[in-house]
Amino acid sequence: MADIAAEASAPRPVADAALAPRRPPLLQVGPLAWARANLFSSWISTAVTLALSYLLIRWTVGFIDWAFVKAIWSVPVTPQGAQTQACRALAGSGACWAVVTEKHRFILFGTYPYEQHWRPALVCLLFVGLYIVSAMRRFWRPALALVWLATLTVIGILMWGGVLGMPYVPQERWGGLVITLILSTFGIAFAFPLSILVALGRRSKMPAIKMLCVVYVELIRGVPLISLLFMASVMFPLFLPEGINIDKLLRAQIAIILFAAAYLAEVVRAGLQALPRGQYEAADALGLSYWQKTGFIIMPQALRLVIPPLVNTFIGFFKDTSLVLIIGIFDLLTAGKTAIVEPAWQGFGIEIYVTVGAIYFVFCFAMSRYSQNLEAELNRHRVR
Amino acid sequence: MEDGPHLASAVRADAPPAILLDKVNKWYGALHVLRDINLNVATGERVVVCGPSGSGKSTMIRCINRLEQHQEGRIVVDGMELTDDTRSLDAIRREVGMVFQSFNLFPHLTILENCTLAPIWVRRMPKKEAEALAMDYLSRVKIPEQAKKYPGQLSGGQQQRVAIARALCMKPKIMLFDEPTSALDPEMIKEVLDTMVMLADTGMTMICVTHEMGFARQVADRVVFMDRGEVVESGIPDQIFNDPKTDRLKGFLSQILRGH
Ligand SMILES: Nc1ncnc2c1ncn2[C@@H]1O[C@H](COP(=O)(O)OP(=O)(O)OP(=O)(O)O)[C@@H](O)[C@H]1O
Ligand SMILES: [Mg+2]
Repeated sequence: MADIAAEASAPRPVADAALAPRRPPLLQVGPLAWARANLFSSWISTAVTLALSYLLIRWTVGFIDWAFVKAIWSVPVTPQGAQTQACRALAGSGACWAVVTEKHRFILFGTYPYEQHWRPALVCLLFVGLYIVSAMRRFWRPALALVWLATLTVIGILMWGGVLGMPYVPQERWGGLVITLILSTFGIAFAFPLSILVALGRRSKMPAIKMLCVVYVELIRGVPLISLLFMASVMFPLFLPEGINIDKLLRAQIAIILFAAAYLAEVVRAGLQALPRGQYEAADALGLSYWQKTGFIIMPQALRLVIPPLVNTFIGFFKDTSLVLIIGIFDLLTAGKTAIVEPAWQGFGIEIYVTVGAIYFVFCFAMSRYSQNLEAELNRHRVR
Repeated sequence: MEDGPHLASAVRADAPPAILLDKVNKWYGALHVLRDINLNVATGERVVVCGPSGSGKSTMIRCINRLEQHQEGRIVVDGMELTDDTRSLDAIRREVGMVFQSFNLFPHLTILENCTLAPIWVRRMPKKEAEALAMDYLSRVKIPEQAKKYPGQLSGGQQQRVAIARALCMKPKIMLFDEPTSALDPEMIKEVLDTMVMLADTGMTMICVTHEMGFARQVADRVVFMDRGEVVESGIPDQIFNDPKTDRLKGFLSQILRGH
């Protein structure tokens, strides 16, 4: 009561006080308050926090010890081969990164001729450059498709060679990271547009097109990727006329594109279904044609809605390309496995898998972060 | 009678019909939603359609730009008959603008882009010209300062005025309104109705589904009352509102008067 009277008698300072931003009480914000609320709110929570911290710290210390302190980074190489006695002496107490140092070119480029390694290396850089350019929204215009076409052509020329003084390298000798990037980039670049067409086809009013798309999606989804790859590598050539032989990598690539497109089509269709009917009607009422309506109104909104599941699928396919090992194609993971077949390096799988895993992780994590930014940016208009 | 303030009225008698519905029938499955609808709208005429919920008002005006397909009868718009031929449909949709109850603005485009998209791509207008036109219409509906915003940042009344401007940017000969104010808060209804009155004063041919009696009295040349898929009565506003002939219309009027 006294307060109210005071406010009434002194209106000005009160108005100022009301406008001045007040800080929240100290113990409710800041890291300390957060820790108290989330980590030590009860004795059970405190006990769990302490136990987990202990495990976490022990594991981290152990890992640093293994990966850095006790690690061996290189070993002498004699004409008889790599001398790995020092690594063996560690008996697993330290990492033998020497295997990665020694075999990194094999992991990255497979059995590609050693003195030509600059070509796949350049291809990897081109891929990364292509990703970066495509990620920037200011380059999102029709010319980007030409950039892709040009880059993919250059990549083909570099890998095969046979022109401009570059010796011809048959596809059987390609391998490693390059294969993974080729399969996943071409895979997504072709599967994504295809999936949009299939998703539209499933909603088409023309029964034949609709049936075709439904059958395609259901057939492909009902079959594991491995069996598709087998079919592509074994059965597909049987149907081709004598003498025509499609490259093994191309066959695997087609299988991956068809497989990915079926999954992506369902994701895109979910986005189409989430759009209110009014959007279609407004576009129709304005006289936009089917493709204008789809391109300007429907797809931009539908795709925005499904960015998270789309990228989820992309990430899945990036890693699924490793299944091509079963038809004898040397991707990143297979190259890693093959690197430790040599007797001198047998038993150093952990180091190899950690490295290969790290490479996969870098690409997948970049995709994931990028999609989160993109989603936030593209959906800004939804926020009031 | 005395719908004198509108200059267009004088021209109307000999003008060709803008819209002609001749014995139009439509079913949803077994549900007969439009029964032998006959409606003749002259160029420059302003028709208000009213009737109870589910009486087929939306269905009827949506048939006019073929958001719904009728199954029997003839619909002729601006001299072109509505058929399955997509070319004539495109031509008709260019001439007929529509405003929806739920606005249906494109949320991912700015207000300006909402207004310029169709002129640029359907009318093949140069971008600069389309933008100037859009700004002109946005000023007429009194929101030019919102052009760079997204629909989600505007109030309902503002969004509906943008929707009107967007339709007008196609320079249609005919405008259809499907309960344009029903989704709005009371304080925003007036700003939208004012915009529509202004549009009526330009001589636009309009068909407007609405229960706003004040608007009907002020603007309509004719009020059409629909019930259960039929046109039950039609006439000038005074006659419909003050001298209803049928029990159905009497019942409907007493209902909405009670509602207001
Ligand atoms: N897509 C549809 N499928 C089946 N029935 C429908 C469909 N659209 C409308 N109907 C039915 O058709 C009848 C007429 O609907 P319509 O929307 O034209 O009525 P309305 O007069 O506009 O009503 P309201 O005032 O509620 O908007 C209603 O009985 C409705 O349930
Ligand atoms: Mg309706």
